[in-house]
Amino acid sequence: MKARAYDVVIIGAGIVGAACAWACANEGLRVAVIEADIVGGGATGAGMGHLVVMDDSEAQFALTRYSRSLWHRLATELPEEVEYDSCGTIWVAADEQEMNAVKRKKEFYEARGVQAEVLDAKALRAAEPNLREGLTGGLRVPGDAVIYAPCAARFFIERAQSRGAELYLPCVVTEITADGVRLNDGTAVAGHRVVNAAGTWSPMLTPGIEVKKRKGHLVITERYAGFAKHQLVELGYLKSAHSMTTESVAFNVQPRRTGQLLIGSSRQFNVEGEEADVNILRRMLARAAEFLPGVSRLSAIRSWTGFRAATPDKLPLIGPWPGRENLFLATGHEGLGITTSLGTAKLLVDQLLRREPEIPIAPYLSSRVPESVHA
Amino acid sequence: MPREFEVMVNGARIGVTEDMTALVAIFLSGTTTLRRSVSGAPRGALCGMGVCFECRVTINGERYRRSCQVRCAQAMDIRTDE
Repeated sequence: MKARAYDVVIIGAGIVGAACAWACANEGLRVAVIEADIVGGGATGAGMGHLVVMDDSEAQFALTRYSRSLWHRLATELPEEVEYDSCGTIWVAADEQEMNAVKRKKEFYEARGVQAEVLDAKALRAAEPNLREGLTGGLRVPGDAVIYAPCAARFFIERAQSRGAELYLPCVVTEITADGVRLNDGTAVAGHRVVNAAGTWSPMLTPGIEVKKRKGHLVITERYAGFAKHQLVELGYLKSAHSMTTESVAFNVQPRRTGQLLIGSSRQFNVEGEEADVNILRRMLARAAEFLPGVSRLSAIRSWTGFRAATPDKLPLIGPWPGRENLFLATGHEGLGITTSLGTAKLLVDQLLRREPEIPIAPYLSSRVPESVHA
Repeated sequence: MPREFEVMVNGARIGVTEDMTALVAIFLSGTTTLRRSVSGAPRGALCGMGVCFECRVTINGERYRRSCQVRCAQAMDIRTDE
């Protein structure tokens, strides 16, 4: 029999909700997690699982760096199936203009204590022999890593459960009330605080949140151990990620510990259907082949799509929702939710317990004034 | 009548006809383990129609061919569990 009176009711067992559940349970709070489908079944399971420091804005940098440091601390505790791989990232520059961006990025990281190494054309080829000739160079960020995110979410949930958290699954929340949530079978789950961590579904429960669905495609290959050694991302990725236009693709390839390659990426707004779009897949694979010509000879075994929970200023919403004193948000992580799940959980718990957070919280509050994006 | 010839399955000569797939040749050789999962568990053909990808083998030196989708050809070299 479940207690039905919690300190915190968390909606969503994606990696963000799962991390929040673990963090709350660790503080001795009575936690319920309510998941409509399966643990890690939304964007968590559809994405790449790249743990990456990003520098689109100071606030994004602060949260990704903070979160990555939390992942580093956790790495040795993660079970085997999480497939943690400290492969690092190489940001690939295709021309002099992008090479200048590499140098700026290096200075930005270095000034803030994140290790990064500029590679010239020769060093880039030595690091990744399957990249085509004629690329200008790159930036290697050795502290970045890769995980299999759905298993990480499951691990967080299990840890939370071992601390007394209760998982309601599959249960659909239809309404956030003044004293908890209501499920679609009419059951009320009482909680002092409610956390909306429902990702792309979060606006349905909290109208007015600026979270939109942003569709992505991925392809996974057979096992080709050693084909790529780092997560490889084109610097032009930022152009794709920043573009708020309808669709874009960018070169983003990730080696898995199994030897498989995950090939991305695409971004589309205003597309609701889950089906894979052959034209997008074709463009995405062509883009990958421009950087890694050998990709064309590899065998792909699956492709799929997923939806990111995107906010207009690329920053998640973490903290209270004004006008609803029992409601907190932990959503809108777009393509960085795997990385920033751990930082989000810390910042959320700090707010629930009225503690001083380790990084400034203001940029992630829903009441923020958007910071202009500089990159 | 379909043409008859031999293919090699893991080094053994197997008599087949041209209307058979490589998967049939593998079964005729008595082998059912076609590949290994990441954890080393044996895997064998499931759907037989190109969808499940469980029948992947090496054919004429080319890895990851779906044996259920490839017709036998004279002197074809098929290797499983590689």
